[in-house]
Amino acid sequence: MPVRPSPSPEVHLAVALDGAGWHPAAWREPGADAARLFTAGYWASLVAEAEAGLLDFVTFEDSLGLQSTDPAGPDGRTDLVRGRLDAVLVAARVAPLSRHIGLVPSVVATHTEPFHVSKALATLDYVSRGRAGLRVQISERPDEAGHFGRRAAGGDIAGLYGEAADHVEVVRRLWDSWEDGAEIRDVATGRFVDRARLHYIDFEGPHFSVKGPSITPRPPQGLPPVSALASDAAGYPFLAGSADLAHVTPGNADEARAAALALPGAPHVFGELTVFLDDRPEDAERRLQRLDAAHGAAYTSDARIFAGTPQLLADLLLEWHGAGLTGFRLRPGVLAHDLPAITRGLVPELQRRGAFRRSYGAATLRGLLGLEHPANRYAAAGGAGPTRSGAAAAASAPATVAA
Amino acid sequence: MSKPLKQIHLAAHFPGVNNTTVWSDPAAGSHIEFDSFAHFARTAERAKFDFLFLAEGLRLREQGGEIYDLDVVGRPDTFTVLAALAAVTTHLGLTGTINSTFNEPYEVARQFASLDHLSDGRAAWNVVTSWDAFTGENFRRGGFLPREQRYERAREFLATAHELFDSWDGGELLADPVSGEFLRDARAGAFAHRGEQFDISGHFNVPRSPQGRPVVFQAGDSDEGREFAAAGADAIFGRYGTLDAGRAFYADVKGRLAKYGRTPDELKILPAATFVLGDTDDEARELAHEVRLKQVSGATAIKYLEHVWNRDLSGYDPDGPLPDVDPVPGENTVAQGRASVRTHRDPADVAREWRELAGARGLSIRELVIETTGRQTFVGSPLTVARAIDGLVQADAADGFILVPHLTPGGLDAFADTVVPLLQERGVFRREYTGPTLRDHLGLAAPRALAPAHH
Ligand SMILES: Cc1cc2nc3c(=O)[nH]c(=O)nc-3n(C[C@H](O)[C@H](O)[C@H](O)COP(=O)(O)O)c2cc1C
Repeated sequence: MPVRPSPSPEVHLAVALDGAGWHPAAWREPGADAARLFTAGYWASLVAEAEAGLLDFVTFEDSLGLQSTDPAGPDGRTDLVRGRLDAVLVAARVAPLSRHIGLVPSVVATHTEPFHVSKALATLDYVSRGRAGLRVQISERPDEAGHFGRRAAGGDIAGLYGEAADHVEVVRRLWDSWEDGAEIRDVATGRFVDRARLHYIDFEGPHFSVKGPSITPRPPQGLPPVSALASDAAGYPFLAGSADLAHVTPGNADEARAAALALPGAPHVFGELTVFLDDRPEDAERRLQRLDAAHGAAYTSDARIFAGTPQLLADLLLEWHGAGLTGFRLRPGVLAHDLPAITRGLVPELQRRGAFRRSYGAATLRGLLGLEHPANRYAAAGGAGPTRSGAAAAASAPATVAA
Repeated sequence: MSKPLKQIHLAAHFPGVNNTTVWSDPAAGSHIEFDSFAHFARTAERAKFDFLFLAEGLRLREQGGEIYDLDVVGRPDTFTVLAALAAVTTHLGLTGTINSTFNEPYEVARQFASLDHLSDGRAAWNVVTSWDAFTGENFRRGGFLPREQRYERAREFLATAHELFDSWDGGELLADPVSGEFLRDARAGAFAHRGEQFDISGHFNVPRSPQGRPVVFQAGDSDEGREFAAAGADAIFGRYGTLDAGRAFYADVKGRLAKYGRTPDELKILPAATFVLGDTDDEARELAHEVRLKQVSGATAIKYLEHVWNRDLSGYDPDGPLPDVDPVPGENTVAQGRASVRTHRDPADVAREWRELAGARGLSIRELVIETTGRQTFVGSPLTVARAIDGLVQADAADGFILVPHLTPGGLDAFADTVVPLLQERGVFRREYTGPTLRDHLGLAAPRALAPAHH
């Protein structure tokens, strides 16, 4: 049994936004709007659709290189979506146009500065009034390393995860480096802030050291939720140590149970599936085949590929929910088709079964996910800094963020 | 025959971490909450301003080893705020200050290209070059650049970013579902840059943005800074808002353009400017004095003196005379993270001058600081201010101004409502935007894409 407290009868639902959808031929589908992938209007309408479906959050994929079928670098293909906008900026751009849904951009920890990431996400939390999350990933790709030129390509996975764990640790310490209410505006003494409530984070690790405090005050959520995906168990120690939302890719209910059991400390374990949804199972199958034919190859994925009706998908999600998963991040095969199928087909089906909210009941992403406003580590410690530091400590102990 | 009237450019600098920002006023709002930025941006757009401007700092200021707590402390992330503001405005340019020392070109170029897409062509980049180890402590690399390399890195950073922006020429995106061609050319985004500061190659992954490149601003004042601007910037965020200093700076910088094959129109000079408006000039002057008293409290005056004296002066009475001790020479160890300290003249000279001034006029410490740090560029009735702005622009002391009100977020409202209509009546400021992009507002031509690096 997972030690996760009070499993909710309701599932959490997120949608992964990427290009025109997750099938490589998605951009060629009717209504895919592929010429508008680099406009704000395109992303705003997807987020509006997801919000109409009362989803917990959307994620925005990102990478620091061109999309490719080749892990070593660009594949030179001209028949697939190539190019993408910075995910944090896309999330910020849609934030004022939405009101309830969580906005979770992807960030590559391998090549970015935790100081910049921390203030960017804190600011996303301000502009969205508490709806920001951070999806953290590592990059092994040599071409992306070549875009920065500061380090040799790749490196061992454990090292990259260790560095990412430090990255997340620094980001969270910076979020905590201002106590809530540190801005006092005390006209009598002329002090704008109470500097006793601002803290140096003094992080020292094998990859970098960061002084702090943040330039941006503690975000509305205190600590915006951090999510990360591991398609196999090699990434589980990182998920266990660094993620509030651990994303896994089981193929069946047993694997879902195993993943949930393997990550007992994570407040949420989300299952990922790529979905093709139609009113009749054979329509969904046929559509997937048609997409495969247009693409010239069968679609494969690290996640289970589901083609069927919203009812059948609801059956599967509830079965995996019973096996210990708290929620799901669905990857629509074709955004133009499968996102509305989720919001207008799957969501009502789950609602009928009492397994999904009928209105937004919380104003923040943490609230939607049932996470309390977190205590500030520095305030709790009476101003003294945290004792552990560095990759080893960060990986061996669960992050101190669980509510 | 008289010259045709120059058109004035106006921009709005959000008053954040800045010693002119008055946070103690009951009308002062948050400098972090998005509502403040949205109000400020909407006011600027209502007034048909060219752009909104955000400054940047990457470490909280310190004085005497402690976080400085008398001014506004803290600010949001530049890119994130500007992207969100793109959602609540349609024409206003969005200028972000981004440092070239503590960033990498690939990432910054992506962020600006993304902002330009997401704002339909309204992005601008104020390239600043702070280089100190104090700030470096917040970054992976740690450390810093030697001062003399700050512009070497900035120049190469900007050149590299341009190579990245130009790695897509704009014709690659087909997205043709019938033929199945998403790209016309698999070489889209290919780049290779080998230099002293950066050795990078690969593929830039943001297609060419509406403006091709963001508009580029420069803000340093040294000779190298001016040269950097003349070589590659579209505009300068300057510090000389008075007639004589403005004209000298204007002539100097515009005179440097020819050797780079550029015309004077290709670089706009936009000094920072504060203002205080009143119904009458007298009322404005009174208000300005009240604002100065709020900007410079006794405690602030002592702290300011410490910047120059480079020593603890907390024992001195702000209402008393200047310290009789001399400044501590050498590197400033008292104040950290301030541009003013990085660029200050010889402290012994400053102290001598100030003592003379205080002696001659019988000024206390606080009065002296109010006197010497005054930056109220425009004080008067709306008509006085409109005339002054127009006069400076027509006299080639500036091409326009970047206005920093002392109040967040409503400090621009009165200017928009009273001064802008007068400038419009004079025929020197637009009544409507004539184009959608910031380049349009500034009258800058679209940049030519370099031939993509095929190799
Ligand atoms: C008007 C003006 C505004 C500036 N604003 C900023 C700023 O917001 N952030 C920053 O890091 N540096 C800022 N700077 C610092 C400059 O970018 C530059 O780093 C510094 O002036 C050193 O270069 P210099 O020796 O050429 O002046 C500003 C400088 C000037 C003159």
